[in-house]
Amino acid sequence: MTAATDTLDLAKHGEAGHHGHDDHGHHALTGWRRWVYATNHKDIGTLYLWFSFAMFITGGVMALGIRAELFTPGMQFWQPEFFNQLTTLHGIIMVFGAIMPAFTGLANWMLPLMLGAPDMAFARMNNWSFWLLPPAALLLIISLFVPGGAAAGGWTLYPPLSLQFGMGMDLAIFSVHLLGISSIMGSINIITTILNMRAPGMTLMKMPMFAWTALITNYLLVAVAPVLAGAVTMLLTDRHFGTHFFKAVGGGDPVLFQHIFWFFGHPEVYIMALPAFGVVSQIIPTFSRKPLFGYHSMVYATASIAILSFMVWAHHMFSVGMPATAQLFFMFMTMLIAVPTGVKVFNWIATMWQGAMSFETPMLFAVGFICLFTVGGFSGLVLSIAPVDTQMHDTYYVVAHFHYVLVAGALFSLFGAVYYWLPKWTGYMYDEKMGKLHFWWSMIWFNVTFFPMHFLGLAGMPRRIPDYPLQFTDFNAMASVGAFCFGIGQLLFLYNVIKTIRGGVGPAPANPWEAHTLEWEVPSPAPHHTWESPPDERLVKKGLVAQSLE
Amino acid sequence: MRFLRACALAAFLPACSYAIDGRYNFQTPQTLIAHDINELHAWIMAVIAVIFVAVFGVMFYSIFKHRKSSGHKARHFHENTTVEVLWTLIPALILVVMAWPAAKVVLAQKNTGDAELTIKATGYQWFWGYDYLDHGFGFKSKLATPREQIDNYKSDGQAKSEHYLLEVTEPMIVPVGTKVRILTTANDVIHSWGVPAFGVKQDAIPGFIRDTWFKADRIGTFRGQCVELCGRDHGFMPIVVSVVSKDDFKAWVDKKQKEAKAAADDPNKVWTRDELIARGKTVYDANCAACHKADGAGGGPFPALTGSKITTGPVAAHIGIVLNGKGAMPAWQGLSDTEIAAVVTYERNALGNKVGDFVQPKDVKAARK
Repeated sequence: MTAATDTLDLAKHGEAGHHGHDDHGHHALTGWRRWVYATNHKDIGTLYLWFSFAMFITGGVMALGIRAELFTPGMQFWQPEFFNQLTTLHGIIMVFGAIMPAFTGLANWMLPLMLGAPDMAFARMNNWSFWLLPPAALLLIISLFVPGGAAAGGWTLYPPLSLQFGMGMDLAIFSVHLLGISSIMGSINIITTILNMRAPGMTLMKMPMFAWTALITNYLLVAVAPVLAGAVTMLLTDRHFGTHFFKAVGGGDPVLFQHIFWFFGHPEVYIMALPAFGVVSQIIPTFSRKPLFGYHSMVYATASIAILSFMVWAHHMFSVGMPATAQLFFMFMTMLIAVPTGVKVFNWIATMWQGAMSFETPMLFAVGFICLFTVGGFSGLVLSIAPVDTQMHDTYYVVAHFHYVLVAGALFSLFGAVYYWLPKWTGYMYDEKMGKLHFWWSMIWFNVTFFPMHFLGLAGMPRRIPDYPLQFTDFNAMASVGAFCFGIGQLLFLYNVIKTIRGGVGPAPANPWEAHTLEWEVPSPAPHHTWESPPDERLVKKGLVAQSLE
Repeated sequence: MRFLRACALAAFLPACSYAIDGRYNFQTPQTLIAHDINELHAWIMAVIAVIFVAVFGVMFYSIFKHRKSSGHKARHFHENTTVEVLWTLIPALILVVMAWPAAKVVLAQKNTGDAELTIKATGYQWFWGYDYLDHGFGFKSKLATPREQIDNYKSDGQAKSEHYLLEVTEPMIVPVGTKVRILTTANDVIHSWGVPAFGVKQDAIPGFIRDTWFKADRIGTFRGQCVELCGRDHGFMPIVVSVVSKDDFKAWVDKKQKEAKAAADDPNKVWTRDELIARGKTVYDANCAACHKADGAGGGPFPALTGSKITTGPVAAHIGIVLNGKGAMPAWQGLSDTEIAAVVTYERNALGNKVGDFVQPKDVKAARK
């Protein structure tokens, strides 16, 4: 292919002056200092990704604890109060410890490479924003061992229940504060990098979809993370300083917390979903060998989803008793989100249409994402109808719905991203057979785990109960078997990643997938310092032409 | 072993008929609203099925036909304004035909006026209290499934009854074909009162009164559970509603009113210590033993009562903590003055404690202020 030789020439040109970069400026740190003092976006990205994987395993083990208890009716392993602690920590850890840092890590690793920037805008703050995470995680884990145990009010921490717990709740509140500060600093960094450090010639409307979704996501984060911080601070003062924000006895309103929490919480859902959309929008065109269909409408759809996400929070609260007009407003707004989300799905399918598709592991995960995310979207549409939501609210249908969106949505896209960029990160190719096995294994057991939950919810099984009436037995047993198989399968992923770091199945070329974004123009593995001088405009333009953005 | 048992249950259960008959869909609707919700859901599922087939049909056709391995060459189109506008407008129109019937049901659901019977449902940690406001009596409705069926820690436990976790000591009773307005509130934390077959679910929020309504179509027993996480025994507070004929309801109300009159404690009665201890034991077993254990040994976050500072210290502090709660312990203001006097006396003179003093209902009444 002539394009390939072009790539090499231009890449050399673009990288000119990069060789021997370690010799000028500063010395690269080694050993533990390299990680603790890290300011390099690639090192920090790696830290984020490993941290989130560790949290994914921790939260996953908790999920297995939940499923073990629910395998059969009756209480067998845990006391109910510990069961509630498990569900609470599982939720908090997966949302704040696993999914969000994973996307921040991806953004750290890939944004400077994709945009042609030498590093993130605020490299030192980047270090700080990562290193807030381990203490936050530690607070959560420690809370299991304090008197009274961890917070047990669900990840939503609704008062007045959350006002009843012991110091485990305070630890959770401080942890959420730290996580929030970390997220805000990460967001500021990502937004500034995207707005100020793009290569010459790459206007906003020409940058990769992943950068767009990262930009919008992080705006959402800056907007809502302080809202959550405010809510939990009010909890803290209610608990210890005699305020009555949420205590009815003092004139407070328990429902106020829910409004504040979901004003944060609903955009948060998109904070976890939008970057996944970005990843899929990079992977699908590459393996379809076609430019992304409808780039502009993708950008508009992403922005519309973000804006709408601020106007629908009360659909999490249809059963608190709102006036009919509020019920109708939030129902209509919620339904409306289906339109831009539909546009995105149609665009991905149009990108695949008439392509020349091949199905390497990243593509499998991306297509799996579309299939399962669509199912999650459909159940979301069902839930958006307020009267139907009355039936489903706080049942396993909701659990099924958000796991289809967050596991099959966010997590599958993250797996896809890791396989897609692993050659760039490590310089080696991963084991394709094992990758495919990981995909099919996850795909099958994911569905065995979560699909029956739709039926449980329809039949009326409440969520967050440690024991259940007999008619829910068979689907629960099925879900538990599925969960254990799904969980064990993730060790395959860990093994494959470690194997790749140690050499995989051989060295990776600079551009193994023949993709057209800028990260593929630097060698694999990506050198410690890249784009110290901005990429040549011709190089940028060549990629944009190939992506039909110019 | 457990696995085998679950498999056996899984094979056996479809053959059983339970009061809750939903399996792949909602429970059989028993009210107009539940019926409407069912129809709405069916209509949305039909729309979804059509979209699903269309979208996934196109995608899988593409996946099978446009593969690189089968030699398909990529065509490089990347936008088409017409289709993009179309696939924005068409879904928007579909949403309108979904929103219209849904809005009508929302309005019907919210219309709690013209109720013929009003019942207040109060959520407690962890049971329900029902007050028949029009008839002047009330009662508590607690889980009737014995602990021996629930605890499987050491062995498989006792065989589980048919309505395991869905049976109560005393169900709510309502007449058939009558519009019943349910007022919900809570004593401690947020609970949620719902019966799936009636299509109702309403959070019970401390300090606030919310309402919902239903009008049951036929006679029978219908079951639900608390659906808002409310702490330790969230999974153990069922809701059972018995729908009976109007005549039966009338007879039942008469009986309850007489009982209530007979059982009402005279708040001014002066009790002896032994009377209080005897009465206190029933109050303790019904309300306190679940956490502090029948012998007062405590467990988990719940402290032992035997020899504790509260149960052997000043009596005022003891009454205060029962009335107002602390930490994970809920406030027990829903109990009567007599009940609190009895249980405090019981805790101070039984469970291994021998303080010797005792409390009269009037002391509790004074402490409430």
